Amino acid sequence: MADERSDGSVTRVLDADGKLVGQLPEFARDVNELVRLYRVMVLARTFDTKAVAMQRTGRLGTYASSLGQEAVSVGAAAAMQPDDVFVPSFREHGGQLWRGVTLQELFLYWGGDERGNDFAGPRKDFPNCVPVGSHPPHAVGAALAFRLRGEQRAAVCVIGDGATSKGDFAEALNMAGVWNVPAIFLINNNGWAISVPRAKQSAARTLAQKAVFAGIPGEQVDGNDAIAVRAVMERALERARRGEGPCLIEALTYRLCDHTTSDDARRYRDDAEVSEHWPAEPLTRLRNYLTAGGHWSKESEQTLQRECSEAVEGAAQDFLDTPPQPASAVFDYIYQDMPVGLAEQRAAAIAKREGAA
Amino acid sequence: MSEISLVEAVCLALHRAMTEDSTVLVLGEDVGVDGGVFRATDGLFRQFGEQRVIDTPLAEASIVGASIGLAAQGFRPVVEIQFTGFAYACIDQIINHASRLRSRTRGRLTCPMVLRSPAGGGIKAVEHHSESPEAMFAHIPGVKVVIPSSPARAYGLLLSAIRDPDPVIFLEPTRLYRAARGEVADNGTGMPLGACLTLKQGRDLTMVSWGAMIKETLEAADKLAEDGIDAEVIDVATLKPLDTETILASVRRTGRLVIVHEAPITCGYGAEIAAQVAGRAITSLLAPIERVAGYDTMMPYLRSEGVYMPSVSDVIAAARRTMAYS
Repeated sequence: MADERSDGSVTRVLDADGKLVGQLPEFARDVNELVRLYRVMVLARTFDTKAVAMQRTGRLGTYASSLGQEAVSVGAAAAMQPDDVFVPSFREHGGQLWRGVTLQELFLYWGGDERGNDFAGPRKDFPNCVPVGSHPPHAVGAALAFRLRGEQRAAVCVIGDGATSKGDFAEALNMAGVWNVPAIFLINNNGWAISVPRAKQSAARTLAQKAVFAGIPGEQVDGNDAIAVRAVMERALERARRGEGPCLIEALTYRLCDHTTSDDARRYRDDAEVSEHWPAEPLTRLRNYLTAGGHWSKESEQTLQRECSEAVEGAAQDFLDTPPQPASAVFDYIYQDMPVGLAEQRAAAIAKREGAA
Repeated sequence: MSEISLVEAVCLALHRAMTEDSTVLVLGEDVGVDGGVFRATDGLFRQFGEQRVIDTPLAEASIVGASIGLAAQGFRPVVEIQFTGFAYACIDQIINHASRLRSRTRGRLTCPMVLRSPAGGGIKAVEHHSESPEAMFAHIPGVKVVIPSSPARAYGLLLSAIRDPDPVIFLEPTRLYRAARGEVADNGTGMPLGACLTLKQGRDLTMVSWGAMIKETLEAADKLAEDGIDAEVIDVATLKPLDTETILASVRRTGRLVIVHEAPITCGYGAEIAAQVAGRAITSLLAPIERVAGYDTMMPYLRSEGVYMPSVSDVIAAARRTMAYS
């Protein structure tokens, strides 16, 4: 993929057609691992499609699709250990699914139910961060917590290209560098921050260069190449676990979708540009590679598509069948110990609900 | 027992909290080797080491942000923001993250952190160093706001704030750091949050204040006593959650209320207290509620500070107005 955002040293294992162009990392010699990467990316895309459709029909809130960017978060999550901590932005459902967040929880979250953040799986993972770029400091704190306890754990924070313009991102990178904590910052550079293109976000040649100011390593990876993302993330995480500190990784990908369901990208972006990027999207290339190696067939694809569809449809139905939380829940998690004044408001809200019913 | 200053009491509470709980960390600018610009963390670095007393880069938002990460992963960070005027940079982290982590995750992740910061004016400081933003913080759901007014209360309230399972904004009255002195029993006993403290009982009127203005309020009460006016003085201590009952009970007895605070009057925390009293005890009121507060201006530069600061005579005048009303 020729990309004006790259500095010519982008780690890539597969090209857009799925041909091997780089060094195959150790994990990729196990075809099951590659199939697993592919499966979760397909599941994420199936979820995206369903979520957008449900938003359009009024059954889900505003939704941010990850179309075309699945390899970034899935590749990152695949490189993590279960007890590492994921600090996502809001386009990382693929990575969240890999880490054990359930489809049902994703639907709950995007459907406007806080229980969707009460992950049964990765209990210590952070919920999505909607105020853009305000979460990198949390990864620094989490990573410091691990180091202070002498644990071999790391924090992985995903941010968008827009977030790299934020002060909190710069502060966090700087702090992580000073403290040498096991925190990896992964930029999902999808080219657009709603309507603002990458070129208007920063004069830096690459976003990975922003690591220089913090005195930490920075590198670029082909964000549409799940194998490459996982490989680069694994190396970064190994360094971090060895006490060699944080790292900034810029994954070059493309937002094939609108920013969210509330956005109409045609107002600011040519369809031609989107079409131009479709051939480089991450699912096809991994499927092509698997197919060329004799590890994937039309039948396996059909089976996978059916399985993902059934899983997503089932979870969507479960979500729709889940009653909303009672009015009391609005009040029950503000503090551990309910203040008197809040208890009065809680009682009034419950009474109002019951009166209305 | 010898007397210590309010800032020494803060330091004593930090020592105690760090001794009894190894998850308590202290973070901030100059809190380590230097012991804090006001010496609130004096000796901590020597005793507990750089792993637990952390000199941070100069980045307020991320000091709080990193503390949120620490808190969510099992620590109890106590953050010092050097002056409250610099805490505005942390508002995003406090409102969007610290305050709502428990709610957003239905209690899966929580944020037991304390943000300590010297607040208030009257110290002839350079600009931005004399802020009283307690009402702003008290407006945020999910945080608690605590302001001590004496060494013993600083010690007891800070211990409770550190032990609290939720984020606490702990505003220390800079003006009292060295001026307020008193005996403090270092026995690890916390004072309950969410409880007003009746510092002086009285029959004739209720005076409610917090932080440094407690000093003027108590002085005013003494002067009023010389004229036979018996004022009750209540230290709110915890602005959020507010112990409304103690204030209401007092006003129901006295029928008169004077609220004293240093922050600008409009939307100041006194407005909330006045509204609570008007809403729940208006039939007990014998006179309009008086608010003695700062003007709706910035804290002026130090040469004009006296123009802004509410004084003892302001409090006395307000008290006399309520007493004269019929």
